[in-house]
Amino acid sequence: MNTIEANVVTPDGSVFNGQVEMVSVKTPEGGLGILPGHLPLVSLLTIGPVRLKSAGNIQPVAVSGGFVEVRKDEVNVLAESAELPSDIDITRARAAKERAERRLAEAKKENLDFARAELALKRAVNRLEVAENK
Amino acid sequence: MSSLKEIKTRIGSTKKTKQITKAMEMVSAAKLNKAQANAEAFQPYTDKIREVVTSIAMGSETASHPMLEDREEVRRTGYIVITSDRGLCGAYNSGLLRETMKRINERHSSPDEYGLIVMGRVGMEFFQKRDMPVMQEITAVPDQPEYNDIKKLASTTVKMFEDEIFDEVYIHYNHFISAISQRVTETKLLPLTAVQGDAEAAEESPETLDYIYEPSADVILEQLLPHYAESLIFGALLDGKASEFGARMSAMRSATDNADSMIDDLTLSYNRARQAEITQEINEIVGGAKAQQ
Repeated sequence: MNTIEANVVTPDGSVFNGQVEMVSVKTPEGGLGILPGHLPLVSLLTIGPVRLKSAGNIQPVAVSGGFVEVRKDEVNVLAESAELPSDIDITRARAAKERAERRLAEAKKENLDFARAELALKRAVNRLEVAENK
Repeated sequence: MSSLKEIKTRIGSTKKTKQITKAMEMVSAAKLNKAQANAEAFQPYTDKIREVVTSIAMGSETASHPMLEDREEVRRTGYIVITSDRGLCGAYNSGLLRETMKRINERHSSPDEYGLIVMGRVGMEFFQKRDMPVMQEITAVPDQPEYNDIKKLASTTVKMFEDEIFDEVYIHYNHFISAISQRVTETKLLPLTAVQGDAEAAEESPETLDYIYEPSADVILEQLLPHYAESLIFGALLDGKASEFGARMSAMRSATDNADSMIDDLTLSYNRARQAEITQEINEIVGGAKAQQ
């Protein structure tokens, strides 16, 4: 099976680096699967899991926004934050989720807080998803 | 000559000071290592963004962005000044602040023409005392900062540029050269004119990639440039932190060395004073014995 080098990089350092068979990401336009030999591509990412598939294993990474760059022989995911399931603090994510839900219930729709709470909720849900379905 | 007891006390206190400076030197050395590792870990992130931004700027003629272009009229300039929270680091802060003051005095005639964004307590107190316009400040930045710690300050700064509160933004910080040498550096953060230069240079090299952009080059540029500018601020902070520990380490080392030579001098005069006392005692005894004969 062909492989391609994948890197997940954040300002606080590299989170993942290795050979994988497929990278699947979530973009504003929908899901995107990248196999070896993909054309060079740059795409934005939404808050969601990035899945790195190699030898039957799927390694999920919780990514909060950022973008993906595909080159001939490597895929780079650049995000402000990216966490492996083992690095996710589940209790904190749960608390964040509850807090965001409460704010959403209180805030008016056109409020700026509403958008912020919505993003916070998405991030929390994403973390929980990645942490729980390893 | 001071009394024996006095000298002894001074030797004792100098020894204690030396222990403290020595410990601080070692702590700074350890922190310096970590700070350097952080700065290294961060580098790939900016490099990658820079690559992508450059290739977009180069690839399409149409892709332009206000953040990439010089404004015709510069009404107000922003200065991000990265200082430390604590002292005891030699000329780290004073050198930087002197340079900042010099630049500001050269370029501006009234406080309406500039605004300051200050990291670190030393810088904040310095500018507040002089009634200079501090628009944003952050103190107690951890020794090993994470992106989250300064994200708000960085994004607000970039926003201020977008909203035309600032027409130019400079960063002033100590650039890390080695553990014993740091250089006060001014870099222009916004507009990101350096990218254009990079794009022209990259055009010469044949290895450029023709990317597909999802959803489009313009949208990506719009998202990416603020990120890029923010990450540059973070990079300067990491660089500044490494310099801070380097500066503190060498300041503490020279303090330890000074304490050493002071102890040597004091021990010498202690021994002299002791010997003088003994000699005098012998003289007195001999004198007394002679008188009795």
